[in-house]
Amino acid sequence: MLGGKELRHAISMASRWTWASCNLSSNLYRWNKTFIHTSSCHRKCELTSKRYQVKRGKYNEINEENIKFFTELLGPHRIIEGESELEGHNTDWLDTVRGASSVLLKPKTTEEVSAILSYCNQHRLAVCPQGGNTGLVGGSVPVFDEIIISTNLMNKVENVDTWSGVVTCQSGCVLEALDQHVADFGLMVPLDLGAKGSCHIGGNVSTNAGGLRLLRYGSLHGSVLGVEAVLASGEVIDCMTAMKKDNTGYDLKHLFIGSEGTLGLVTKIAIHCPPRPQAVNLALLGLSTYENVLKTYVAAKSKLGEILSSCEFIDRSSLECVEENLKLKPPISSHEYYMLIETSGSNGTHDEEKLNIFLEDVLGSGIVDDGTVASEPSRMLHIWGLRERIAEALHHEGYTYKYDISTPLSHFYKMVEDMRKHLGSKIIRCCGYGHIGDGNLHLNITTDEFDKEVLNRIEPAVYEWTSKVNGSISAEHGLGFKKRNYIHYSKSSGAVTLMKQMKKLLDPNGILNPYKVLPDE
Amino acid sequence: MSLRVLVGVKRVIDYAVKIRVRPDKLGVVTDGVKHSMNPFDEIAIEEAVRLKEKKIAKEVVAVSCGPTQAQETIRTALAMGADRGIHVEIPAKEVEKLEPLHVAKIMAKLVEQEKADLVVLGKQAIDDDSNATAQMTASILDWPQATFASKIEKTDGELQVTREVDGGLETIKVKLPAVVSADLRLNEPRYATLPNIMKAKKKKIAKMKAADLGVDTTSHFEVLEVADPPVREAGIKVEDVDTLITKLKETGRI
Repeated sequence: MLGGKELRHAISMASRWTWASCNLSSNLYRWNKTFIHTSSCHRKCELTSKRYQVKRGKYNEINEENIKFFTELLGPHRIIEGESELEGHNTDWLDTVRGASSVLLKPKTTEEVSAILSYCNQHRLAVCPQGGNTGLVGGSVPVFDEIIISTNLMNKVENVDTWSGVVTCQSGCVLEALDQHVADFGLMVPLDLGAKGSCHIGGNVSTNAGGLRLLRYGSLHGSVLGVEAVLASGEVIDCMTAMKKDNTGYDLKHLFIGSEGTLGLVTKIAIHCPPRPQAVNLALLGLSTYENVLKTYVAAKSKLGEILSSCEFIDRSSLECVEENLKLKPPISSHEYYMLIETSGSNGTHDEEKLNIFLEDVLGSGIVDDGTVASEPSRMLHIWGLRERIAEALHHEGYTYKYDISTPLSHFYKMVEDMRKHLGSKIIRCCGYGHIGDGNLHLNITTDEFDKEVLNRIEPAVYEWTSKVNGSISAEHGLGFKKRNYIHYSKSSGAVTLMKQMKKLLDPNGILNPYKVLPDE
Repeated sequence: MSLRVLVGVKRVIDYAVKIRVRPDKLGVVTDGVKHSMNPFDEIAIEEAVRLKEKKIAKEVVAVSCGPTQAQETIRTALAMGADRGIHVEIPAKEVEKLEPLHVAKIMAKLVEQEKADLVVLGKQAIDDDSNATAQMTASILDWPQATFASKIEKTDGELQVTREVDGGLETIKVKLPAVVSADLRLNEPRYATLPNIMKAKKKKIAKMKAADLGVDTTSHFEVLEVADPPVREAGIKVEDVDTLITKLKETGRI
């Protein structure tokens, strides 16, 4: 067994490994996987049903006969029982919601999912579909004793069409693994987010995840070509197609994209993957005023044009949080605001020239104070780590009140400043970061522990403010459990009524992911 | 006594890139693969620049032996604070066969030409893991060497260097001129900031060939085979402790 000193020596001798391990921040896959498993040991969060005083729906409780059926269907190894075994699955990774499920099922095929749902529908048992459990609005965990249906074992990639770039796979494929798989074919999955090491593509589709590159590759409503989902009744709805264009009837797949598992459990998807860029560059810029941030964004759009693939924003407080809690060192000195601007293209020389012209322009005119640019994968990973790990850094401070809003760009940062003033000294931190290219701000407030008083000071003020500027109260995170009752701040009552009618049509017994998305009666 | 510091920087495959063995099994795929400066060389440049900032060094010269693209690596060094660069051009086909001995001879010749007082190199390159260039350079020049440096301090005409060794840390004094090789914990290299990247474009890079320095780059080695490490096999689950012990005995582990 190698002792500490010998191990250190052995590691420093194998220099490539040294660099990979010393720069843990750059190996996001590794941190993601381990973080998910340890977060449940962090602190035991209060039961959602208690904290939020939720009334249990009229569902049956699981009995021995039900367990027997599932065991016969899946075999003894693919049903996990016991609340203590399921701690990680009953809690979200933010440690803000906790359910009390005692049964988790792991189907491998669409047929098994169909059999499970058909049975649950007959016996009026509520279910909670779960992918990587990385959701941020409590939509991926049970509230009471819903049976958790995990897509963990549904991770087969069925086909990669190298001509069209369409990839067909099961919904339990981990996003990063899927991306690495298609990389071998010169393709890339069109979405990217911090949780890529753990989230499932089915979950991404069910929540219409946005991420870092929506600016360039668009939303999943555009890139997902086909969906196969199972309804509450067990009926399999096959809307799978690998064709980019198919105007035949009502486009049902859009119902499943973004409905967060409340209309159907997504089992397969066909997604169009763009060619993997040959040349990627990433610039980290430091700015002193928010007005300069907007000017830089406009300049980026015009000077970088079609090669711009990501435009992210970080405020000083968020970066300080990453520095303090994760000990990651930012490559440039301290500034009020930071921007990450990424370009992706097919020709390195062409892109670098465009990027240099852009940088000389913004630096020369004084709207950008400082910055650094990188094209080496190792450096880019480090810089992206500063943005992608903010949520993790905030989690270290205790409890995070997380808001994800779309606002007009002019009001983007004012929300953070107003909220900071509004909350005063009752909190540890109030910071903002996000996809400024999409007008999507992640507003985060931290306290040591969950504090109902602080929550009441934030909500519904944050939603009212968003509604006043005609923004969205949930740009990409969805409504899940936490925001279901605020839907009317961004949707008309007529629209919500129609949504409820559709839910009743597709899931008359309301067994699919109850207490989520639609407001309580 | 203000030193002129020569720093070697090597262009290697970026450590975050997945390495692939070439179909001919005589090397790895380098075409179209992202390269960057060897991480230990970044530390070397950073240390040299810090010496200049402390007014211990008066000039930092970055040297790279490599193909045309090695100039990008030198530019990075210039953006980090080096004053000028020297590119010893090695034809793309011969880059793989370049050995530490060749580089050491080149460095020694450049030390003579540039009248350098200190040579700082990364302790090893992450592609060949040779860990030989610094030692060979010192030997050719008949200069003292301080390898695996994790701390460098200047005292009158001497350097006090803390080295990372198997047993822990060793502090030695070496008389100048000397060769130092940088280890991981020597410092944390800076990122080049945009204004410096712009300034670096105007700094000079002198170009020359190994032959101009009278160095023969004929290789002394022949690569027989390059292969992937064996694929990690799946483990097996056993039912009980007795089976575990039997299996361990079977495979000769106990």
